[in-house]
Amino acid sequence: MADKPRIKLPKEAAKGEVIQIKTLVSHVMESGQRKDAQGKAIPRKIINKFACEFNGKPVFSCALEPAISANPYVQFDARVDEAGTFKFSWTDDDGTVITAEEKIAFKA
Amino acid sequence: MRAINRRQAFALGGGFVMLTLMPIAADAEVTGDAAKWIETFTGGKPPAKGKIALDLPEIAENGNTVPLSINIESPMTADAYVKDVLIIADGNPNAGVATLSFTPLSGKAEASIRIRLATTQNVIAVAKMSDGSLFMEQKTVKVTIGGCGG
Repeated sequence: MADKPRIKLPKEAAKGEVIQIKTLVSHVMESGQRKDAQGKAIPRKIINKFACEFNGKPVFSCALEPAISANPYVQFDARVDEAGTFKFSWTDDDGTVITAEEKIAFKA
Repeated sequence: MRAINRRQAFALGGGFVMLTLMPIAADAEVTGDAAKWIETFTGGKPPAKGKIALDLPEIAENGNTVPLSINIESPMTADAYVKDVLIIADGNPNAGVATLSFTPLSGKAEASIRIRLATTQNVIAVAKMSDGSLFMEQKTVKVTIGGCGG
């Protein structure tokens, strides 16, 4: 089904540095507005929630509606106070959750 | 009575044009579904202007993916930060687009997403700060090819 999400962030950061994180996940984001060849509505199927945590603490999250484009791209910032792991999760309408993790280290 | 010369006539005409355009250029009344979304988000409190920089193309050739960037002025400390941001497109079948939730760990109240727009319409952003104050900004996007249905 879904490919591995693509996440772009620096490998290391200075203490207190604000870094930019770019994420993209493959998903049709079927809006529920479209109709198939027979004129029947195609049921809605979207990622309705995206969340990012850093060492267990919430950093950024968003609730998404059908008005989000296919293959949802989300870019946001995060302040890095300690080395650790970013956890990302995308929740589908059908309940499946796509997750990913990225580690970040301190600049030597 | 003094006759109106050419220059004054133009000024007068211009004034009328401005008057008729005013409601569209300034705060167009938000109605219907969009208004409901905003009311649920704000709890009926009117939001103030400013603090939000909403970046959208003036003309979107393809309504299926319209890049949207938002940047809100805030120190983003534990005492004062941007909590939630509601993004609304008032001409879509469902006005809601996204609700972004920031934390002090976000560092900056800045995000980019790509949205679908069905027709030419206003995109509205309402931000809720940690102290409960509200800010609003809106922008009109002309859409050449709609991004819903089909």
